[in-house]
Amino acid sequence: MVPESYYLSLSAVLFTIGVVGVVVRRNPLVIFMSIELMLNAANLALVAFGRRFGNLDGQVVVFFVMAVAAAEVAVGLAIIVAIFRVRRRLSVDDLSLMRW
Amino acid sequence: MIARAAFLVVAAIAVGSALGLILRRNAIHGALFLVVNLGSIAALYLMMGAEFLAAAQVIVYAGAIMVLFVFAIMVLIPGKEEIGPDPHRRARLLALPIGALLFLLLVLVVARRWTGPAAPAAASGTADAVGRLLFTSYLFPFELTSVLLLAAMVGVMVLARRGA
Repeated sequence: MVPESYYLSLSAVLFTIGVVGVVVRRNPLVIFMSIELMLNAANLALVAFGRRFGNLDGQVVVFFVMAVAAAEVAVGLAIIVAIFRVRRRLSVDDLSLMRW
Repeated sequence: MIARAAFLVVAAIAVGSALGLILRRNAIHGALFLVVNLGSIAALYLMMGAEFLAAAQVIVYAGAIMVLFVFAIMVLIPGKEEIGPDPHRRARLLALPIGALLFLLLVLVVARRWTGPAAPAAASGTADAVGRLLFTSYLFPFELTSVLLLAAMVGVMVLARRGA
């Protein structure tokens, strides 16, 4: 049986890649996909912890995270499409309207 | 031994596809890499005995969410915005050392502490067991999720309306 620390280390690797992706990329769609990567890394850690303690609560939380991620992606993509309709460009560097 | 080797293979696929997502310029390539990544995570769920979650992962993430992503990429025709020179290149490259620091922190704080003795007999995550838990102890959050999904649906329709 693979120990939990392996899964948690893999989760840390994937989460870090997601964070770097959010910071480095300029395309909002790729940034969104990197956020999905981070959510999945957290889900992996939740399932690993749940197995560690021998109960299923971690898996139920992952189920909720999936539902929230589905809602978040739908709304987020709608916002990106709405921005694209107004600006005709798709770069996060242009979106500085709310900067103080 | 075989379980460990299988884990290492799947983990290598997951890390490689995640790197492909953030390194490829083309967003469609990134989306396909993300599908591979989500599939490998579903395989890891299976290895941990979370059968229901593995199925849900493939259906919800690799199926529904990624179709939505590919659809949005096709509609928006991106790829032009990342060709030109990056005016903030130096600030962006700071992400690499800071990311390495974050990774070290995560491994030191979270992963290294959990190398103790073996886990108790792991509960199997069949649809039966997870569903039983979902409709007893977690009934209220489950109902809240339905409200959240309804709100998201209405919100998307408002946002996507022409002339909104």
